Amino acid sequence: MNVITGKIFVVGDNIDTDQIIPAHYLNLVPTNPSELEQLGSHALSGLPDALGRFVPEGAMKTPYTIIVGGRNFGCGSSREHAPISIGAAGAKAVVAESYARIFFRNCIATGALYPVESDRRICDEAKTGDEAVLDMGAGTLTLTASGKSFQVRPIGAAKDVIDNGGLFEHARKSGMLK
Amino acid sequence: MGMTLTEKILARASGMQCVHPGDNVWVQADILMTHDVCGPGTIGILKREFGKNAKVFDRNKIVFTPDHYIFTKDEMCLRNIDTCRAFAKEQELPYFYDPGTSSYSGVCHVTLPEKGHCRPGEVVFGTDSHTCTYGAFGEFSTGIGNTDAAFVMGTGKLLVKVPASMKFVFDGKFPKGVMGKDVILRVIGDIGVEGGTYRAMEFAGSAIAGLSMEERMTICNMAIEGGAKNGIIAPDAVTLEYVNRRNVSGKKYECVYSDPDANYFSTRTYRAEELVPCVALAHSPDNYAATKDCSDRKVDRAYVGSCTGGKISDFAAAAEILNGRKVAVPTYLVPATVEVAAAFDTVKIAGKTLAHIFAEAGCLPPAPPSCAACLGGPQDTFGRTNGNEVCISTTNRNFIGRMGSKSAQVILASPYTVAASAVTGRITDPREFL
Repeated sequence: MNVITGKIFVVGDNIDTDQIIPAHYLNLVPTNPSELEQLGSHALSGLPDALGRFVPEGAMKTPYTIIVGGRNFGCGSSREHAPISIGAAGAKAVVAESYARIFFRNCIATGALYPVESDRRICDEAKTGDEAVLDMGAGTLTLTASGKSFQVRPIGAAKDVIDNGGLFEHARKSGMLK
Repeated sequence: MGMTLTEKILARASGMQCVHPGDNVWVQADILMTHDVCGPGTIGILKREFGKNAKVFDRNKIVFTPDHYIFTKDEMCLRNIDTCRAFAKEQELPYFYDPGTSSYSGVCHVTLPEKGHCRPGEVVFGTDSHTCTYGAFGEFSTGIGNTDAAFVMGTGKLLVKVPASMKFVFDGKFPKGVMGKDVILRVIGDIGVEGGTYRAMEFAGSAIAGLSMEERMTICNMAIEGGAKNGIIAPDAVTLEYVNRRNVSGKKYECVYSDPDANYFSTRTYRAEELVPCVALAHSPDNYAATKDCSDRKVDRAYVGSCTGGKISDFAAAAEILNGRKVAVPTYLVPATVEVAAAFDTVKIAGKTLAHIFAEAGCLPPAPPSCAACLGGPQDTFGRTNGNEVCISTTNRNFIGRMGSKSAQVILASPYTVAASAVTGRITDPREFL
């Protein structure tokens, strides 16, 4: 997948895994389909209320396709529930200035989300609800209304892993695993 | 060019003569640790990907420690423990520390050292970000997600990018009142919560050599709060004394040390005497402040527990302050493991047991060993914040909502500082009482 289009949800720096999926939801096991869906409904529910809801009250899915963040997105826990819950809610990508190491790796291993890095601090120049086009081939995130475009960096070889649906699918498709 | 301790361990575990920062290498795991929160998902992936009859790569190398949500009525949590238990039985895992039985231990990161699963030079992966704790034993140890863990469970291997090493040297001797927690909070305050991202944090110097294993564990435990892949301290006589006393299988190991000409990404040198008791104010572990500079701040409760601050020496430090004093705010005590809990009745200060001191001081009766409210947890978790409390805590994270309530504040501090603050009801420099 190269182009992702939709509404963006804007957050700031150091969005930690407790804000992405609060620990009391870790009783849900992501490999059980109905629990995965529930995890999605709770994605980003640990954010301060002032930032608004990523998944509306009572809904299972998010109206937002792309999360735009600042530095160190996904810091904290190794809980894979974090990228998985965002993906299960229906979002496809995060565009942030930098990522915490384990979160970034979990995005790739699960294939749940594209963790895209931006050079600019887009989170200061865009607002939740803006329509945007993320073109990973061209390396741009463009805000539809203003036409303003920001450069994003290529994910590199990890993109193929996410395209293929995560570590195991990729390993099979590329012949590493039977 | 020589290699750092971390590079050498990864070179050996990947069968390479030499590795460099940035290399991606397939590393053989010596231990895979998982628990009740990530174990069931990991098992689910193992079965999905390797088949329902899949076997773990080596049953002697899996350490399974249910510890997060144990003492709760939450049915999903209890189901998850049952899932772990059934898997341990099916796979005949010798190291399953089963809740509700005499083999139960408690918090994984204190259990692995206590039960003799930590040895210098080895590689440990765990489904918990604080897996970096075991670096205190001179091994490479890092946290991974369920998918990577399932891969390790099935194959024994994982692709690892070799991190560049940042060195933190502490020369001299830490002053009275300064604990390992103050050391790591200072470092994180200096480099920030992403200052160590993609790096190894190696701690060295005569002051580090003067610390007990438990204090070294506290320091390495919070390397992840600086964003690091692993924390590590070279093994020495203190390490070997601990390891050889506990090594579960008498398994052979080989100590590894950084070469004199190893290349470091950065080196910071501290004079240990300059360190002071400190806190990380809400809501970030790098929100450093010297304890004496925020003594006007009130706290509503105090919490001593977790992998970071729930070990025997942590409670002994708290008891040193609380002996003969009364707490002014509700004070929650959660020993990390059964061994720590047992020490409440055996370790004495001035002739009184820790249990006696805590009871006299007016602390709440201690909870059974587990992660408890360090990460909030189910509604009925002991010590969980449910309102706008200000909690001073020996735990590792003070993110918004970390201990339960989004409206609460968590202040991170050493057991000395937490106990001193419990006595006064405000952030208090423990040196006032020592």
